[in-house]
Amino acid sequence: MLGKTANGLFWMYRYLERAENTARLIETGQRIALTRLNDRDEEWGPVLQSAGTLTAFRAQDEDLNQETAINWMLRARGNPSSVLSCIEAARQNARLVRAAVTGEVWEAVNAAYMDARDLLARRVRERDLPQVLRAIRQSTSLVRGMTHGTMLRNEIYDFARLGTFLERADNTARILDVKYYVLLPSAGSVGTSIDNVQWETILRSLSAHGGFRMEYGAGAGPLEITQFLILDKRMPRSLAFCVDKLCDNLRYLHKGDRTLMPSLKQVNHLQAMYLSHDVNAIFDFGLHEFIGQILDHLGQVARQIEIDYRFYE
Amino acid sequence: MDKTAVFDEMWGQDERLRDPYVGFQEWFQGEDVARLRAKQREADTLFRLTGITFNVYGRAEAEERLIPFDIIPRIISGPEWARLSRGIEQRVRAINAFIHDIYHKQEIVKAGRIPQEMISRNDAFLPQMIGVAPPGGIYTHIVGIDLVRTGPGEFYVLEDNARTPSGVSYMLENRETMLQMFPELFSRNRVQPVQTYPTDLRQSLAACAPACTEGKPVVAVLTPGIYNSAYFEHAFLADQMGVELVEGHDLRVVDGRVAMRTTRGYTPIDVLYRRVDDDFLDPLNFNPDSQLGVPGIMDVYRAGNITIANAPGTGIADDKAIYSYMPEIVEFYTGERPLLRNVPTFRCSEADDLAYVLDNLADLVVKEVHGSGGYGMLIGPTASKKELAAFRAKLKARPGNYIAQPTLSLSTVPIFSRQGLAPRHVDLRPFVLASPKGIRVTPGGLTRVALKKGSLVVNSSQGGGTKDTWVLED
Repeated sequence: MLGKTANGLFWMYRYLERAENTARLIETGQRIALTRLNDRDEEWGPVLQSAGTLTAFRAQDEDLNQETAINWMLRARGNPSSVLSCIEAARQNARLVRAAVTGEVWEAVNAAYMDARDLLARRVRERDLPQVLRAIRQSTSLVRGMTHGTMLRNEIYDFARLGTFLERADNTARILDVKYYVLLPSAGSVGTSIDNVQWETILRSLSAHGGFRMEYGAGAGPLEITQFLILDKRMPRSLAFCVDKLCDNLRYLHKGDRTLMPSLKQVNHLQAMYLSHDVNAIFDFGLHEFIGQILDHLGQVARQIEIDYRFYE
Repeated sequence: MDKTAVFDEMWGQDERLRDPYVGFQEWFQGEDVARLRAKQREADTLFRLTGITFNVYGRAEAEERLIPFDIIPRIISGPEWARLSRGIEQRVRAINAFIHDIYHKQEIVKAGRIPQEMISRNDAFLPQMIGVAPPGGIYTHIVGIDLVRTGPGEFYVLEDNARTPSGVSYMLENRETMLQMFPELFSRNRVQPVQTYPTDLRQSLAACAPACTEGKPVVAVLTPGIYNSAYFEHAFLADQMGVELVEGHDLRVVDGRVAMRTTRGYTPIDVLYRRVDDDFLDPLNFNPDSQLGVPGIMDVYRAGNITIANAPGTGIADDKAIYSYMPEIVEFYTGERPLLRNVPTFRCSEADDLAYVLDNLADLVVKEVHGSGGYGMLIGPTASKKELAAFRAKLKARPGNYIAQPTLSLSTVPIFSRQGLAPRHVDLRPFVLASPKGIRVTPGGLTRVALKKGSLVVNSSQGGGTKDTWVLED
């Protein structure tokens, strides 16, 4: 398999994952704004920050309010992480690796792109937003389904999965990084309605509210949420789950080679040092520092994969 | 149907339904026009979805365009095709023998059948290929022979595409689309399959692998990249053959072999199906500014350690001046009479021909020998007196620069128009694969159709479309 193809697959799936995550963040932001009594624009700063795009938004000299934030995250060409930019980039990478993915996957990506291009041709009206977001998430889900259902389990699939879980881990870590203070046990009085809204925000941003409710019911607090989002290996967006998958896929790639690739060593280290502990140990270490270090490690792993598998040279 | 003086492939010249179309006509009469309209729209959607588009250079918006597809198949009978395909095979055999001769002993020149300057002054002649023996002895592995039809058994070769013929992905996707939309049509008519083309192509390429190949030959498709207008086709063929799609920057010469950068290091390639022009293939040997090629690939090639398909320098065989010698070429190398006709061509370099051309300018098409894309061309029947006079002067000044041909009355086939079936002019490009194991002609090919009424221009940039082309099993 070509290094260039591995690169294209890795980024195709990173962008697809990012498109979905951004869409989910918009949905959450919108929902919170709607259930809030006072300032409905206030929540959008942290939402943009979670999407890693607040600085870029500020640079373009526009007021930050619900409308501009949604437009920026949904369809701004100047924002490489907007849903539209991500889907375009995913499709461009898919064209690059057209011969490596199945016809079904290619057609699903192409259809996702055509849908997004049509749906996001103009500013989306508030009343159309839920429907547009649903359509986008359905079309990207179709790509994931086709990938799962039609692709051979070989190197090609491994790189697709690496891209998916690297992006997903990064996304989960970033949301926790922005909102970590909400989860600190010392922060305010546990169980107030403000806390409940904040926790709900985090869970929803990660599509984790349903699973969390199933597992803990009502009345659980920050400790359980932290445990769930960082350490629970059954939760498909938790850091432990994503890093496990990175580990698995790097191991499949490694199969038969004599020397361990540095990227696999790094992920093994990440798993052993950060994700095999008790949640209390995380709080002892410091939640914010902990997440910061995980983000650094994820960045390193991504760079190391590029080198190990000759993406560029 | 509109009355036409020309030969219609469905209705002949006398409005009597021709045999190959009987099964189709029965089906069509039972069809509802509204349903067919919906099907035509469905076809466009399917094409968009598969992404079979061509890029338009220099346009940011709407950068990808569809070539219009017409849902009415063009139908050729089994016996008609058998005759045609024998002629195509003969021609491709002769072309390969001709190119080999040109880069070796030039017997045909010594025999006085082709003037020396036709070769030595030809831009398409590559001195770097002199004495090179391509693996398997094949020069043009993939050929597209452009044909037009003027009557029941009358086919003419318009052009031989011996460099990098394109369009085969349309042939395949057109069939795929028809199978999805009108399965019932295929149960009524026994149509010879084209879907084996990618497998045939891979086998044909593998059969030309160089001697240094170990185990199963490694085949790859070389594309100029994602922004090339035919990128879809390059990716499509790599996908359908199950081989790597590479660009110049994925390749490098390692230990005397051309190798591709994989996730586990460099792997040698045995056969490279390149869709990059000669000039850009090797910056060390040809255009030094090329970013699309592989530095040093020609040296590997000359050492016999890679197969390049098609071989560099094959352009010598699809030159317009050489075209006029094709009947001689076929006879010289096969010892047989040519089975396919050439359009009669007057070489203005010869005094008798020139005199005839000058006398009959208003009825002829005059082309520049080395021109392409319709530049420097005169279409006599539609030219003004002023244009004719101007061209007459040019011809007298540099006769050797021109050839002339009569205007042919191209056949028509029906398309699905707003008014139902309507005749439009067509041409045909069958695709041919050549290897040491033999020559294979895929039954059918790409039919291009001029969608504008009366138009003879089938080019996609000027309102041309494509059709599925059927060869019946009988």
